[in-house]
Amino acid sequence: MKPSLPRVAASVVVSKASLQKVFDNMRVSGFSLVGPTVREGAIVLDELTQMSELPVGWSDLQAPGGYRLERTREPQYFAYSCGPQSWKKYLLPARLKLFSVEKENGNWRVQPAQNLVPRYAFIGVRACELSAIAIQDRVFMTGEFRDPHYARRREPIFILAVQCTQSASTCFCVSMKTGPRAAGGFDLALTELPDTFVVEVGSEAGSEMLRDTAWAPATAFDLGRATQACQRAGREMQRQMRTDDLPGLLYNNLEHPRWDEVATRCLSCANCTQVCPTCFCVNVEDHSNLKATAAERTRVWDSCFALDFSHVHGGNIRPTIRSRYRQWLTHKLASWIDQFGVSGCVGCGRCITWCPVGIDLTEEVQAIRDKAIK
Amino acid sequence: MSPETRPKLAVYKFSSCDGCQLAILSLEDELLSLVGEVEIAYFLEARSQTLEGPYDVTLVEGSVSTAEDIERIHKVREQSKYLITIGACATAGGIQALRNWADVGEFVRAVYATPAYINTLEQSTPISAHVAVDFELNGCPINKYQILEVLTALLVGRAPHLPRHSVCLECKRRGTSCVMVLGGIPCLGPLTQAGCGALCPAYNRGCYGCFGPMESPNPDSFAGFLLKNGTPRAELIRMLRGFTGYAEVFRSAGDKLAKTSP
Ligand code: SF4
Ligand code: SF4
Ligand code: SF4
Repeated sequence: MKPSLPRVAASVVVSKASLQKVFDNMRVSGFSLVGPTVREGAIVLDELTQMSELPVGWSDLQAPGGYRLERTREPQYFAYSCGPQSWKKYLLPARLKLFSVEKENGNWRVQPAQNLVPRYAFIGVRACELSAIAIQDRVFMTGEFRDPHYARRREPIFILAVQCTQSASTCFCVSMKTGPRAAGGFDLALTELPDTFVVEVGSEAGSEMLRDTAWAPATAFDLGRATQACQRAGREMQRQMRTDDLPGLLYNNLEHPRWDEVATRCLSCANCTQVCPTCFCVNVEDHSNLKATAAERTRVWDSCFALDFSHVHGGNIRPTIRSRYRQWLTHKLASWIDQFGVSGCVGCGRCITWCPVGIDLTEEVQAIRDKAIK
Repeated sequence: MSPETRPKLAVYKFSSCDGCQLAILSLEDELLSLVGEVEIAYFLEARSQTLEGPYDVTLVEGSVSTAEDIERIHKVREQSKYLITIGACATAGGIQALRNWADVGEFVRAVYATPAYINTLEQSTPISAHVAVDFELNGCPINKYQILEVLTALLVGRAPHLPRHSVCLECKRRGTSCVMVLGGIPCLGPLTQAGCGALCPAYNRGCYGCFGPMESPNPDSFAGFLLKNGTPRAELIRMLRGFTGYAEVFRSAGDKLAKTSP
């Protein structure tokens, strides 16, 4: 007799329609589901209740500075790559009130913000995004400084990953060794085949969500099909970035003429940093009332492309676009490694697609390499 | 603050649509506390009673577009300890600065039944072209919370928190997918200072540049990219010459495109 729930590390098949049961199980268990859905011509992340809200039958066509949805031939649920938003939308909200203070009888009373934090279930997390979350975990939850706001959101989440079976033209996860296949860090990981989902069970909680779904152990044939579908995504990947000579290549070429060249194109608009799933820079803003008897502090997404970001006592340390683009790229691909022991880039391609003028970091690194000073 | 010690606030209008003054009045919830902290000494749109100057803080809406405006702005300056210009007209000449690229006489003849009644200058210019300005608050119209922030900062004695970066950051914070990338809609957002909350892209329109040029704009790259990708030169020029088209960055970018026109 088959056990009522699959064991951890098992692979099972469930019918496509059963995904709704998984959604329902998550909701019954107290999770708020967030995942991909179509809004205004793009696949963004939002609250979900029904699997029909997923981008059924949609795929995306991505290029430097270009994104468009197109219909798929079959009504697939996950036939697209990363969209403009990343999970930092939920783990590191764009705007977060931290606390307020009020003066009462000459004394300041501090009131921590009462932010309701749902227990999120992330639906459709890709391999590169799991790596990005792991990077932000390192930044915010290890070491001397732990960010309680991030930790509070991060710790209880449930992750339903999706193995990529296609890649966008802007993806380069293979180069960054973050995909296309997610090996761990999920509760469930699903591979979509034309007729069924193959599901890897990553945790007890994941197994639990398969209750009453009529799951069956995956056959060797199903596993083979799933592996092949995912390998295809890797094989078809169009973009690459050599990493073996990083970070040295960038450190040795801080005065390379390519920085001047890219500065003629870069708008310093900050879009790349906002869409990047690992970029974590924030600003804290204080606002007081007219009498200065009450104030509140808010944390908002910021960017190394904003001038005020690098304004320190005495002036701005990165006054030119050249210096700001160089800061971004060298931090992402070089000093991030010194700082956190891992590259700051997972190869998701968002910064390439969502740059309004289509600047491509893989091309910039290659241009520096081609005419390297050292 | 006791009525006697409240700083005196004046609001003057020049060539403008009154939208920025309305933005102040639409601070409904905060207006009462504001009048508790400042004395509204001169604000015709809000209060018929006026008090003589000098004023501690004067907000100036509108551009200079008549000879009389020039005289009046000097008088206003003399009466004001701090002079803050508000809105696209006062800070950049406004939409009426479109005349700066045309023959104003021709406009007058085309529009008015009796052109002789119209006595206007050839150009519409920002207040800062005529008198010293202490602070400029951009927007068409201004953001009511930004004017509150400026006044609060002034009263409390700290620097106002106003973003100078691009509109794009606001777009991303509110979760709007970029209209440039999605539909190739030309959007001035990357060149424009934040402040509106990225309103237009949220309604699938390109940014019109209401808040003026951002801190470090790169109009050459922006224009070159759009031209290469099929935006007609004339449309690009029209876009740059919009609500803040006479602001230096947009003006020179538009003029450059017009000059290099093949
Ligand atoms: S740098 Fe670009 S490709 Fe790399 S993780 Fe960030 S957005 Fe993705
Ligand atoms: S690289 Fe692109 S997205 Fe990033 S700041 Fe420059 S123009 Fe904007
Ligand atoms: S829609 Fe406009 S303002 Fe928004 S990100 Fe795109 S270019 Fe920037």
